[in-house]
Formats: sequence, C-alpha cells, structure tokens
Amino acid sequence: MQKLGDFKLPHFFNYPPYFTLQPVRETREKQIQLWKELILDYCRTQKIFVIRLEEEFPLFSNSVIERTLSHEAREAFLSALVAEGRAEWLDKGRRNCLILWHRIQEWADIIVNFVKDNGFEDSVMTVEEIRSGIESRGTELQGIDRTILVRALKLLEHKGKLAIFKGTSTDDEGVKFSV
Amino acid sequence: MVKYSREPDNPTKWSYLSMLQNLEQKKSFLISRKKYPKLIAAGMSNFFSKAEVTSSGRPVLLHNEVECHLLSAVDLEPEDHRHFSLLKSGLLILTTHRLIWLPSSSASTPTSASAIPLAAISHIFSSKKSLKSVFHSPRIRFQVLVSSDGRVFDPSSGSGSSSGSGSRSVVVTAVIRGKGDCDGFLVKFWDSWRARAWETTKTSSSGSGSASGSGAATGIGGGLYSSDGSVRMVGVAGILRKEQEMWESTDKSLQDAFQDLNALMSKAKEMVMLAEKMRQKLLSGTSSQTSGTNDEDMGSKEEMQDWLLSVGIISPVTKESAGALYHQQLSRQLADFVRIPLESAGGMINLIDAYCLFNRARGTELISPDDMLQACSLWEKFDVPVMLRKFDSGVMVIQNKSHSDEEVFARIKSLVTKPEALRTGISPTDAAMTLGIAPAMAKEHLLTAESKGLLCRDISPDGFRFYINLFPEIDPCNMYFVKDYGICSTWIKAVSTTGAGGLGIGERSSTFR
Repeated sequence: MQKLGDFKLPHFFNYPPYFTLQPVRETREKQIQLWKELILDYCRTQKIFVIRLEEEFPLFSNSVIERTLSHEAREAFLSALVAEGRAEWLDKGRRNCLILWHRIQEWADIIVNFVKDNGFEDSVMTVEEIRSGIESRGTELQGIDRTILVRALKLLEHKGKLAIFKGTSTDDEGVKFSV
Repeated sequence: MVKYSREPDNPTKWSYLSMLQNLEQKKSFLISRKKYPKLIAAGMSNFFSKAEVTSSGRPVLLHNEVECHLLSAVDLEPEDHRHFSLLKSGLLILTTHRLIWLPSSSASTPTSASAIPLAAISHIFSSKKSLKSVFHSPRIRFQVLVSSDGRVFDPSSGSGSSSGSGSRSVVVTAVIRGKGDCDGFLVKFWDSWRARAWETTKTSSSGSGSASGSGAATGIGGGLYSSDGSVRMVGVAGILRKEQEMWESTDKSLQDAFQDLNALMSKAKEMVMLAEKMRQKLLSGTSSQTSGTNDEDMGSKEEMQDWLLSVGIISPVTKESAGALYHQQLSRQLADFVRIPLESAGGMINLIDAYCLFNRARGTELISPDDMLQACSLWEKFDVPVMLRKFDSGVMVIQNKSHSDEEVFARIKSLVTKPEALRTGISPTDAAMTLGIAPAMAKEHLLTAESKGLLCRDISPDGFRFYINLFPEIDPCNMYFVKDYGICSTWIKAVSTTGAGGLGIGERSSTFR
C-alpha cells in the first residue's frame, strides 16, 4: 500500500503521465479533476490549510517513479481549485494558497455545532480557545487555521449568531455566541 | 574622350597606351618641326636617322631604352661624306638601342638630332693604340649598314623585317674632342651592341609607355647592365620601371577580360528580351483563347512553355489549367516512383526524404523543392494512389490513399498495452522500430494518437514517452475504485509484478471513501 505518511494514495499516483500536464483538452480536464480531489483529500486528512508553491509539498512528488509536478502544473491545479471556490490565493504572486477543504460556510456550521454540542450558546470565548482549547480537541476545529476561523466567525457574525469584540490590548479577540 | 588606336607591330591589339606613345611622339615631332623648320629639309637628306627630342632638348627614348654613356664634343663623320653631312661637336649618347647625337646649343650650323640604331651597326673597330693616336683625339670607328636610298638602315621603320636590306656598309668615325672617357665608352659601346636589347623589345608584345618618363631617371654611367646584357632593375629607376610594367600588363589583361564580359552582357540582354517577348506572347495567347483553337497552336504553346521552363522561367499559365505539361508529367512520374519507398517505409514517408530519393534516382536533371511541391499538389487532380498530408506540427508526408490512421492507432494500442510498455511507456524510437517507420513519422503518429485520447505523454529527464491513457477509466468521485477488468487493472498488474508500484495485488478491490 502506497502511503504518504498515513495517507493512502490512489493507484494512479504511480502513473507517470499523471505528473505531466497533459496538452490534450479532454485528458487535461480529467487530470485536473483527479488532482483537485487528491489535494483536498490530502489536506483534509493532514490538516493542511496552506500550500506554499515554492516549498516542497510531499503530494507533488513521487519518489518511486521519480516524477515531480512542475511549477506550471502546480499552479494550474491550484488555480482550478480556486476557480471552484475550494481554495484562495493568499498573495498576488500566487505563491501561497489557502486550501478550503471545508468551505467557509461548512466551517461556520461546524462552529455552530461545536457551540451547541458543548453548551456555549451564551458564553464568551477567545478565538484561540476555539482553536486550541480543551473542548476543541478531537474535533475538526482543533488546529484550524486562524485565517479560516476568523473568516468563518465573521460569516457567523454577519448572520447574527455571534459577536466578535476586541479584548484588552494584549488579549486575543473574543467571541460571544448567541446561537 | 579616349580613342583607341592600333599598335604598329600588332594590328589586332587595341591599346590606348600605344595611342599615348604615338601622341607623345607626334607631339615631340611637331615641336621639333616647329623649332627647326629649315633643318627638316636638311635632315631629310641626312645620312643618319632622325632622333626625337623633347622641347628641352632631351632625347625621346624608346621603350626600354636606357642611356649608358655620354660623351661631349663629338664629331660624327661618315667616311663617304661627299654626299653626307658630318655632324660636328655634339653630345653623343650611347643607349641600349641607339647612338644618339644631339647638337650642342653652340653649334655653328644648326643641325637636328640624329641617331644610329645599334641594330644597324655591323662592326665596331677596336681602338688601335698607335703613335698617331697619342696626338690625335681619340676615335671610335664602326661600320654601319646602309639601305638602298643611301641612308643609315633603320630597322624600326617600315615593314619591320630584321634582316638587313642594306647592301653596303659605311664606316663612321666618332671623333671625341671632349674630355670624356673614351675607352670606357668603347667598352660600353661593345656591351650594348652585343646585348642587342632592341631585339627583346621587338619580341615583347606590351605597348610602350611614355618613354621620356622611363628614361629620365636612368643615370649616366655604369651599373645598369647585368652580365647577361639585360637591363638590371636598380635603384629608383628599377622600381619605377617594374611598377610601370606591372601596371601595363594588368591593364592589358583587364582589357581582354572586359572584352569578353561586354560581349556576354550584350548577348544576355538579348536573351532576356527574347524571353520576355515569349512570355508576353504566351500570356496574351492564353487570355484570348477561343474554344476553336487548333491543335497546332496548342502544341506550339506547350512547346514554348516547356522551353521557358527549361531556362528556368516559371510558366505564366495559371493553376486552373492544371499547370504546365512539365509538372503534370513530373507529378505522374513521382507518383510511380514513390510507390516502392512508401512500401518499405511502412506507408508513410517524409516529403523531404522523398525529395532526396527522387533526385538521387534522377541522377541528372534534378528538380527543385518547388517543383516537388507543385507535383505533389497536382495529385489531387489525378487519380493516383498517393496523397500529400500535412500534420499539425507542420511536417509534410506522402502517404498511400489507402493508408488509414485507425489501423495505425490499433497497432500503437497493441504496442502500448504490452507489459513492458505499460511499465515504462514507449518512446518514438520504440514505436518506429515496431511499426517499421521512420522515428519522425512515428512521433507524428504518436502525437496524433495522443490528440485522439489514446495516449498520454510523460515528460521527464528520461525523455519524451507515451503511455496508454488511463484517465478515462478513473472516476474522480471514486478515485480508489478500480474496475476488475479494465485497462487500469491490467496496468496495475503489470506495474506491480516488478514491485515498482507497491500497491499489491490485493489492493484491487474497491474501497469507498
């Protein structure tokens, strides 16, 4: 079983043409689809929120068949994700990509569920606590990327489910739920 | 405006240099005529030959003539001076060609410059040292050939025959009254006479330059003769002379060359005009064609087209009329010829390869690439079993009309699903070997198959390879699922037997995520 860490790789990961950006339109579309799914899967299981194009990314190389995705190919696949709304470019130079294997809305829903599950309906928490507090251990919120969390919270605030306020100068931002 | 004149001794040669010489001579002659009108009359009956003199009194030297020695206050006395005048107290100049006597300016009776060609001298007497000679002025005596009219034989005039026409000879005495070196003069006299420099001048074919220029720098006295009697190139004079000669010979050869070139150019002009006329005729002929033109007209027009083509002029007839007969014939010939190479090349041959083969087979009368293209494009109009095909990459090939891409694809597919090919893919070379065609052709086929979705490319440091396309069989929503009897499972099997894939045979079953 081919693994990358504890992630199980699909069989076509060893298919050399998989690592070459295909010129023929139909073939390329298929290839892009497969890569998108693979990236999302991998990031989800490994809790990777940001992919930096200039750094090594284990998923983009296969040492068994000695193939690596070219920069052009990486950009192509990530751009496809962005177009689908499953990722966002963090900078104009397209060097860093935020992966949204849960959409922001999904994250928002997860937060709401989290709040409900733990009875935090009317309480106050800091943003950091949501990320790394005891309650969030074992949940999907554990170790969530701060940017994503804030975005989700903002979305919920917009919906009126909570209120974000700035704490004292040295403190973290706080959230008051009113789910 | 320079006019050409003929050289006297070679009537077929044209040289403007000889014209110059003639002009010079004419000029000096006219000047001396003006100066001594009475003397001309006197000189006519003179024994000696005329010597040209410049306006400043210097002798006009002949081509290659070099002054050797000078003696002043010399009397020239022909023995038979009843009829002939004697020249008194003049300057005697010995040159390689002549003895020139110039009258001194203080001469009592004005006389003209005279010369005795050395060629006319038949004998030089050696000086006798006697008692008498101690008291007398030194004398040099020599024998001169005399022509029938009683004057000194002048070998440079008239018909130019070198054998003496003079039947008798007269002894001339040069009495040296001046202080010059008589013995030295005599030695030089002997040398010059023996050297016969005038004979080499006669046989040389180049025109003569302006003689006064070449003679001016030569000094009086020794050093100008080498032991074999030829003129030595010495000092500035020698250099100048050499330059002169080189320039003259270059000029002459240029003249000759340009003669031919001018002739060629005039002929070429005629040819071009003729070709244009033909062309116009052809064009007007085709445009005004009526349905009732007789065969003769057509035939001659065809002929004219062929002729124009043979001299390299493109036929002005347009494509609608199926081009010239030449191209039609060529087209058919090419179609016949290319059949055999096509078979051995597996049904498809690069246009460039076909061109080379065809020309090699022709041996002579090679065709140009343009002709080749024209001939191939004419195949559309005929019923020939071959066709010209252009790939997306721009490569042009000749292939059989019966050639089908499908068949090639089937062969490629069977090649690429072999276990070895499944593991490592195929390169254009592999395909070429298996299909029996050239690598370039194989690559074209592979690219075409790729564009049809049959293959996938793999670019790596190992090179450019092709694999069977697995993508259609993979479901993105169900990536880990592998059908039991699809190409994917075949591939997995092939890959895993070497242990390269590491997926294991047991992993074929589906797993949902």
